[in-house]
Amino acid sequence: MSDDRALNDYTLNDRTWGISLARINAMVLRYGYLLKSSWPRLLELVYWPALQLITWGFLQTYIADNAGFFARAGGAFLGAVILWDILFRGQLGFSISFLEEMWARNVGNLMMSPLKPIEFLLALMVMSVIRLAIGVVPMTLMALAFFDFNLYAIGLPLIAFFCNLIFTSWAMGILVSGLVLRHGLGAESLAWTLMFLLLPLTCVYYPVAVLPDWLQLAAWALPPTYVFEGMRALLADGVFRADLMVQALALNAVYFVAACLAFFALLNSARRHGALIQSGE
Amino acid sequence: MTSAPRPAATLPRALPADAAVAVDHLVKIYKTVPAVDGISFQIARGSTTGLLGGNGAGKTTTIAMIMGLVLPTAGRVSIFGLPMPAERARVLARMNFESPYVDMPMRLTVRQNLTVFGRLYGVANLKERIAQLASDLDLGDFLDRASGKLSAGQKTRVALAKALINEPDLLLLDEPTASLDPDAADWIRSHLEAYRHRRAATILLASHNMAEVERLCDRVIIMKRGRIADDDTPDGILARYNRANLEEVFLDVARGRSRTETP
Repeated sequence: MSDDRALNDYTLNDRTWGISLARINAMVLRYGYLLKSSWPRLLELVYWPALQLITWGFLQTYIADNAGFFARAGGAFLGAVILWDILFRGQLGFSISFLEEMWARNVGNLMMSPLKPIEFLLALMVMSVIRLAIGVVPMTLMALAFFDFNLYAIGLPLIAFFCNLIFTSWAMGILVSGLVLRHGLGAESLAWTLMFLLLPLTCVYYPVAVLPDWLQLAAWALPPTYVFEGMRALLADGVFRADLMVQALALNAVYFVAACLAFFALLNSARRHGALIQSGE
Repeated sequence: MTSAPRPAATLPRALPADAAVAVDHLVKIYKTVPAVDGISFQIARGSTTGLLGGNGAGKTTTIAMIMGLVLPTAGRVSIFGLPMPAERARVLARMNFESPYVDMPMRLTVRQNLTVFGRLYGVANLKERIAQLASDLDLGDFLDRASGKLSAGQKTRVALAKALINEPDLLLLDEPTASLDPDAADWIRSHLEAYRHRRAATILLASHNMAEVERLCDRVIIMKRGRIADDDTPDGILARYNRANLEEVFLDVARGRSRTETP
């Protein structure tokens, strides 16, 4: 039996590790066709980020007139809103592209094709960036137009912030996709809710020092915490904390690898339990 | 009551490379329920084999294990001499499938869907291949229509086009003509026959339609409760059960009547 298990184990025995860009492109093309064919999907990408920005932008304007820190660190609030959206929408863009396959009952077709799971994940990452760009770029332009906040003025540190946030969002998206693959569409609400678990812990809108000591340990275990602390340091004090970014990157590497391993374990579990030929609730 | 004979075939440890599909003591147990219970068979290259059985007999699970969508609890599958799923990357490009249990993205047009799957399968000269399929399967009128807006018959033709996009050497079909009217079903069967002869392809077909199996298959494997209840050519089975058609044999097997109890 153990020999059979070893022979049948999917990920350990897939001996060809080469990745095909053509197959990744095919999947990106598939999601491109879908977006092009559905204006509500496109509108949804822009609608929520824009609404978020406007709501929080006016709040920032009010607070800036009445609170010392926000007056000094003009844009810290809006910066937090936009960076949080990168984190949230990055994960959502990944997970929704995956869910499209579940909703379309297309997972079986894909899993029976030469597309490798790692190529599938890479295509979802590409789509997460494309969907993010469609939603967040207009958001940043609105911040500039309505609230005089230029995110791009952050310069090179913005790349470090973005890379760390997108890595976290991919790790979360990979984990959520694995859970949906294994447990069916009954688990799809995780795509919208799981990231909010990080909202209070990663200190998006307030410094880590606000948290009780024991909770600070949990906060520092999460890569986005370093990004939001780094952003506040940059906007309030004009200091770029490269050390925070390196620590976030190291944590992200750990979480990303763990999420990929979890995905492959969940995929194998789905294959063992026959979940891929059910793909319902 | 005498149970129908089970084939005594026991495969050697090394699965034969000349068979298109070799299944060796395959077992699938969901929790405590055995869906497939130690079946072994080989399918010769270029043949069409029908997999028959009532609901819950284990046909879909068997096909899913051959495709690598379901991992066996025990046993092995090899395709063209290569073990699955260990060598899936080499094998899957040479096979394809059609099943009513999966769909293609409904918002994409037929052409877009075929383009995506053609690229996934690495099809050369894809535009020409799609044009050829559109001609062979009469898809021209709705090639640029959203897949979700097609009739059941049109959807089945598109699913077959997707299954043939890479000109597979092994085609797995699960109820390929389910929910089609007799004319459309006959049309699909004709194309499957033509494809098999043109490409010398191997076809494994799960179906509840006995007339379809009699027409297309040169071998029939009958499953019952996860086991192989009988395995022979259609004529051989009809002769043994002394029945005029496979539907009567199917009922005999399903109702537990052995060959000796049949008229």
